[in-house]
Amino acid sequence: MTVKSKHVRIKGIKDGLVFLLDDKCPFEDLLSELRYKLEHSHQNILTGPIVHVDIKLGSRIVTEEDKEAVLEILKSQGNLLIRSIDALEAPGSKENDEALFLMSGMLRSGQVLHHQGNLLFLGDVNPGGTITCSGDIYILGALRGMAHAGVEGNEEAIIAASLLSPTQLRIADIISRPPDEWGTRESSMEFAYLTNGAMQIDKIHNIVKLRQGLNVFKGV
Amino acid sequence: MGEAIVVTSGKGGVGKTTTTANIGTALALQGKKVCLVDTDIGLRNLDVVMGLENRIIYDLVDVAEGRCRLNQALVKDKRFDELYMLPAAQTKDKTSVTPEQVRDIILELKKEYEYILIDCPAGIEHGFRNAISGADKAIVVTTPEHAAVRDADRIIGLLEQSHVESPKLVVNRIRPGLVKSGDMLDIEDILQVLNIDLIGIVPDDELVIKAANSGEPTVMNPDSAAAIAYRNIARRILGDAVPLMQLDRKPGAFSKLKKFFGMG
Repeated sequence: MTVKSKHVRIKGIKDGLVFLLDDKCPFEDLLSELRYKLEHSHQNILTGPIVHVDIKLGSRIVTEEDKEAVLEILKSQGNLLIRSIDALEAPGSKENDEALFLMSGMLRSGQVLHHQGNLLFLGDVNPGGTITCSGDIYILGALRGMAHAGVEGNEEAIIAASLLSPTQLRIADIISRPPDEWGTRESSMEFAYLTNGAMQIDKIHNIVKLRQGLNVFKGV
Repeated sequence: MGEAIVVTSGKGGVGKTTTTANIGTALALQGKKVCLVDTDIGLRNLDVVMGLENRIIYDLVDVAEGRCRLNQALVKDKRFDELYMLPAAQTKDKTSVTPEQVRDIILELKKEYEYILIDCPAGIEHGFRNAISGADKAIVVTTPEHAAVRDADRIIGLLEQSHVESPKLVVNRIRPGLVKSGDMLDIEDILQVLNIDLIGIVPDDELVIKAANSGEPTVMNPDSAAAIAYRNIARRILGDAVPLMQLDRKPGAFSKLKKFFGMG
């Protein structure tokens, strides 16, 4: 088997080797070229003392199995010690995060609801109740308690509610406390978001200004 | 088999004991066989409000620990033959009985009585768990104050997680004048937050304090507005559809008011 393309590039750095793996070509081609290079063309550098290896998969989206396959090939060479493997996360988990999880009920004082991802909550959150999310929080009901969106530090997260009248709002690490910080507003469906680390409140129809990627209805 | 109803609130001082005593007495007035159970061990009050303090021989803890039979601990009311009370111990604390022991006692009482009203201590700890352990239903008492409503909300959340059927709300100590001027939460505000069925509203009435101090439940005095409210609640428990009390006094009610102050 002859491999002419350059899907796999091996670079020497101060304390080891970097394997730059092309992120456009089919994954199978990548694996076979990697195998070929290790077993045939680059044997000279792969014999001798133990070498640290960093693997860079670029912007290719890989699953755990894909990573495993790459590691398997490299492990077949006894002197390669894999130090790191950089890649984007598999799409599966990412899609789940972006989906809107639907939940209903009544969050009473002392109760805590946490969701990993984006949450659409049908019902009220009462004073003393807490709702936390790693993503966005949308409440079809009254938010009178505390809501914390982007708990893991996502400053892009927003909090929207039919009646936005919370005891406190948090997005990422920013804490805001109404009404003294917000002034008086008309009561209509609103959402809270961060700009330059400060909490802002706006009407829900202005969300398109913040979220450019949304599917926007423009009429027929 | 009778029905056990726990009267609870979370916050202290909103009128759990008064409500228990008055609803219990009102049910007895309707000819029902009723037993009141005080689970506020260490801080018992129900006996004082009922005027039965000096008749206590044994208490709830004695029954739980087998020092006496259940019937020996029950105190018969002065006014009604079919109204009894099981007092709490005053010298112990809440942890001297377990929820299982209380549940067994309530179960025993349900064989004998049509209604068992359980007076719950304030708080959400051991005493609360004791009180709800044997209950089938719950009445949550609140007053038109943010703090009381907040605690009621917490209690409702805990009740919803328990075996107790959907709780009913009593809003106690309403002062219509203050509600009208916007200085007191109105019923609508409270219901919007708590979102449970309302079983009664009780106006603030000085006669309640007088009655409690004399050991005679208010409900015995038909001139008291609170008495009427408690009687209405008792009738609703029995399944009657009684409309809510009209709190704004209309001109026609003025003469009543004068009579109320002894001027009529």
